[in-house]
Amino acid sequence: MPFSRASTFLALATIALSPHSAAEGIYQTPEDFLREAFAGAPPEPSKLWIDEKLKPSIRAILDHDLDVLRLRYWGKDGRTAWILDEIGKERPITTGIVVDRGTIERIKVLVFRESRGWEVRYPFFTDQFTGATLVTGQQLDRDIDGISGATLSVRALTKLARLALFLHAHSDFADGKK
Amino acid sequence: MKRPGCLSFIRSAQVLGTVLGLASGYVHAAPSPEEMWKIIQQQQKTIEELQTKLESTQESVRVTQKKVKSAEQKVEATADAIETRPAAASWADRTRVGGYGELHYNNLDNDFTGTKTDEVDFHRFVLYFGHDFTDRFRFFSELELEHAVSGEGQNGEVELEQAWVEFDVFDSQRVRAGLDLIPVGILNLTHEPPTFFGVERNPVETNIIPTTWWEAGLEAMGEIAPGWNYDLMLSSGLDTPTTGSDAFLIREGRQKVSEALADDGAVTGRIRYTGYPGLELGFTGQYQADLTQGALGIDATLFEGHVDFRKGGWGLRALAAGWNLDDGPAGLGPKSGPSPGRNEQWGWYIEPSYRFDLPGWLPGELGIFARYNQWNNNAGADLDTEKEQVNAGFNYWPHPDIVFKFDVQEQFGEDDANDNDGFNLGVGYQF
Repeated sequence: MPFSRASTFLALATIALSPHSAAEGIYQTPEDFLREAFAGAPPEPSKLWIDEKLKPSIRAILDHDLDVLRLRYWGKDGRTAWILDEIGKERPITTGIVVDRGTIERIKVLVFRESRGWEVRYPFFTDQFTGATLVTGQQLDRDIDGISGATLSVRALTKLARLALFLHAHSDFADGKK
Repeated sequence: MKRPGCLSFIRSAQVLGTVLGLASGYVHAAPSPEEMWKIIQQQQKTIEELQTKLESTQESVRVTQKKVKSAEQKVEATADAIETRPAAASWADRTRVGGYGELHYNNLDNDFTGTKTDEVDFHRFVLYFGHDFTDRFRFFSELELEHAVSGEGQNGEVELEQAWVEFDVFDSQRVRAGLDLIPVGILNLTHEPPTFFGVERNPVETNIIPTTWWEAGLEAMGEIAPGWNYDLMLSSGLDTPTTGSDAFLIREGRQKVSEALADDGAVTGRIRYTGYPGLELGFTGQYQADLTQGALGIDATLFEGHVDFRKGGWGLRALAAGWNLDDGPAGLGPKSGPSPGRNEQWGWYIEPSYRFDLPGWLPGELGIFARYNQWNNNAGADLDTEKEQVNAGFNYWPHPDIVFKFDVQEQFGEDDANDNDGFNLGVGYQF
């Protein structure tokens, strides 16, 4: 079967029938995520400086340093919300995470840029993180079942969940401070 | 009694005078009104001086507070400037390097043939290079060196296993063109050492799929619904030998896109379900009109299905695959030709496993597994050609991207020559 003609047709048909839109998957903007997290009225952002005291634990969680001097986050009544990035296989995954008094309340993939592994954005995967806390060694208190073919995306989200819990504990809203 | 005399009187007057003098001294220390006024004035002056100093100190504190606030603002502005600097558009930022590798030691005896394998081999050294032209166009490649040394008379070879460009049509829909892996099986697409148990890749996917299998082609892939994914690939096809002991053997039909004959291509479709955490179900079908590229007109169909499930530490992989080739001309074709029964080639395996974190003082995870494999490349003939193999062993991951492997291997089955028994050791990595 001369596949060259069929393959050309397939390519043209796919492109012709498909609307052109942003290549990366933007599932929710950070602004919308924050509005949703704080019932339509997100507070003014706070800043958490990444000082020498925090760096070793962050490095242990991510296997690398954060390339920022400080992190913005939003907090109110013992809850904090974080917008964090971590590379899956090749490109960063932007994730929104809400922590309520030391447990994960919700985790949402906001922007997914990889060419495979997009299943991690669905609730059937992210719901596993709801209620998770940190235990010894800055590990989660539970196993997270992966997605075949998305191992590195799963690993990235797991790291971000641990990071958000750790940062929350060092924020101005931990332990009932605010 | 003697009356006090004059001298006594004088003495008493002196004493009285002294006392009065001392008393009058105290009476004289009390300041006069003028002196009091002077003291008050001095104290007032001191108070005024202290007030002035206090005001000056308060002013200094205000000035210092202003400076601190200004310094905070400058630090924040500096941090803002550093963190919001224009995204680097350099070539290096848009280019990625990765790879994997594995070193093997095989210690196997074949009692039937009398051969002994006692060999160490850097089986694969693989490098990935990828580049993002834009957010929607990207390139990816995989270059492999097998068996450490390539060249005339050497054991190894250098192969290009992937080299494609990909375009994001829209969210979760992509088109890819170039040299790419056929979407079939478990290991054909994911075969980095830390991702599977056993030192060597399983014989079913190796001999039946045949992993690792790549062709030149055009592929559309994407998501149909949450958890449901598809691949549709039009590609170059196999070109199996038609004579000798390798006639119509699927694995020997891989052309590897090296001046490959392209008279007859193949169409491959795959449906994959990953909508439950830890679960993958996959099903692939392929049709090729002539896998002899015009020599004998032998069409062929491949069907493959698998499950790959991991829940907590427990894992289960199971796969079955089978080829159905046209019988071909009598005495020449797959059914009755040089190696009879090649019109049907199939295999299956099942692999339970369990992995767990090691105690705190040892880093990483340990996993144990067992696998039963059965395959037959001459299933279309009533001959003793079915092969079986059992492997059991462990993987140790000190880090998720590094693995040490051990397994014992026992081969048996109808084919007596399938008797390579012993053990294998390996170390592998990916990055």
